Amino acid sequence: MYSASDLKKGLRIKLDNEPYIVTEFNFVKPGKGQALYRSKLRNMITGAQFERTFRSADTFEPADLREKKMQYLYKEEKKYCFMDNESYEQVFLTEEQVGEAKNFFIDNLEVEILFFEDRPLGVTVPNFVDLVVVGADPWAKGDSVSGKTKPVTLQTGYQIQVPPFIEEGEKIRVDTRSGEYLTRVKG
Amino acid sequence: MRDSWRLTKNQDALHTRARMIYAIRDFLINRDYLEVETPSIIPSPIPEPHIDAISCGDRFLHTSPELYMKQLLAAGYPKIFQICKCFRAGERGSFHLPEFTMLEWYCRGMDYRLLMKECEDLIFSIVHNLGYGDVIHYQGRTLSFKKPWETLSVREAFSCYAPMHMDEAVNKGLFDEIMVCHIEPHLGSAQPTFIYDYPVSEATLAKAKEKEPGIAERFELYMGGIEIANACSELTDMEEHHVRIEKVQEYRYSMNKARYPVSDCFLQDIADMPMAAGIALGVDRLAMIFSDVSVIDDVVAFIPELG
Repeated sequence: MYSASDLKKGLRIKLDNEPYIVTEFNFVKPGKGQALYRSKLRNMITGAQFERTFRSADTFEPADLREKKMQYLYKEEKKYCFMDNESYEQVFLTEEQVGEAKNFFIDNLEVEILFFEDRPLGVTVPNFVDLVVVGADPWAKGDSVSGKTKPVTLQTGYQIQVPPFIEEGEKIRVDTRSGEYLTRVKG
Repeated sequence: MRDSWRLTKNQDALHTRARMIYAIRDFLINRDYLEVETPSIIPSPIPEPHIDAISCGDRFLHTSPELYMKQLLAAGYPKIFQICKCFRAGERGSFHLPEFTMLEWYCRGMDYRLLMKECEDLIFSIVHNLGYGDVIHYQGRTLSFKKPWETLSVREAFSCYAPMHMDEAVNKGLFDEIMVCHIEPHLGSAQPTFIYDYPVSEATLAKAKEKEPGIAERFELYMGGIEIANACSELTDMEEHHVRIEKVQEYRYSMNKARYPVSDCFLQDIADMPMAAGIALGVDRLAMIFSDVSVIDDVVAFIPELG
């Protein structure tokens, strides 16, 4: 159980049976009045933001949020399917819920699925993922000026800027947090 | 290392703060106020519904010097002031430090209206002492110190800015929320604003108006949406004091808050206290205004989280 004085940016609490994350927070106290905790909250399911003012006697339950290791299986229409390798339990996430992570979904990729109670909310992919280049213009000699890049398409359909020497069929490592090229992977 | 980095970052604000405190002393001493010091480790703070003291062994650090300033008034000192550190448990935010600097001054024979004028004079003289014209800039807003400043009764402030009337807010227990969310942001935005005549329920130690017993002779000063000072015509009726303090004790008990015993000595002094008005002004917050900073951390050399 949290009390209002535990509130801080990033804290995840349960209100009206839904998980919220505190995005802004300030302690205020008008005149001789009571301590108030002005907060901005984001609903972790709908993304809706709103302001709420709490009193020091208010208490909250922590949001029961857990991450579970699962494997990416396939995309079906507009849903992405993941499976727990031990229980074989399958869950689906929408296009919106996966966000940018979809750029890195390769078969059997191990990911973390965020659950609120039994409900899947989102996915985190590993920081580094190796992907095959499926479309690239050939390397024109003389284009090796440092700093110059060219666009290529990866196996997931993701378009990325890479150094000009990267060719179709090669594998590259991508930093999934920035979405940027890191290095060429051999083999 | 981190301490010295903060100190360097805030050098300008610390200079402004120091000059401001010098100007305060200059003004008050010129008006025949006696600078005093009172104990900061005390047997028990004055019970307030929403102020919690930090304990110090079997005693407490004072939450304000009010109690002892009143003893001095009762003992026959007519005009006194003090600049001191005050300590309050659990208060930390953009405008709050658990250890902060307060200016309090009290004057025998004055009421809150006259004190309002004197407060205006004091701050006006600080502005000039710091070398500003009549206008300063605070967080993108222009604040004019040309007298007279804006005055607004609490009831009027509710009518202007709030979604309900003052009495309704008091009855529904929403006075503080509405003050913070709807009213305070508007106060002192073009010039300093005095907001006055609070419901008695919001003013434990203020005298009630003779013609309107539900209203207390209390005012607050706001600048740039920030509360700077709180003042009142002091309550000198011992019976009424008993009743008010008992109410506070009941509230604190119901909220599971520490109860602070009230010394009989204090109540006796109240009975001996002459008619007077007193004011408490947040020195750090006033320094924020003159330094044009939005966070209180920027006007002190050390913040609690570092030490």
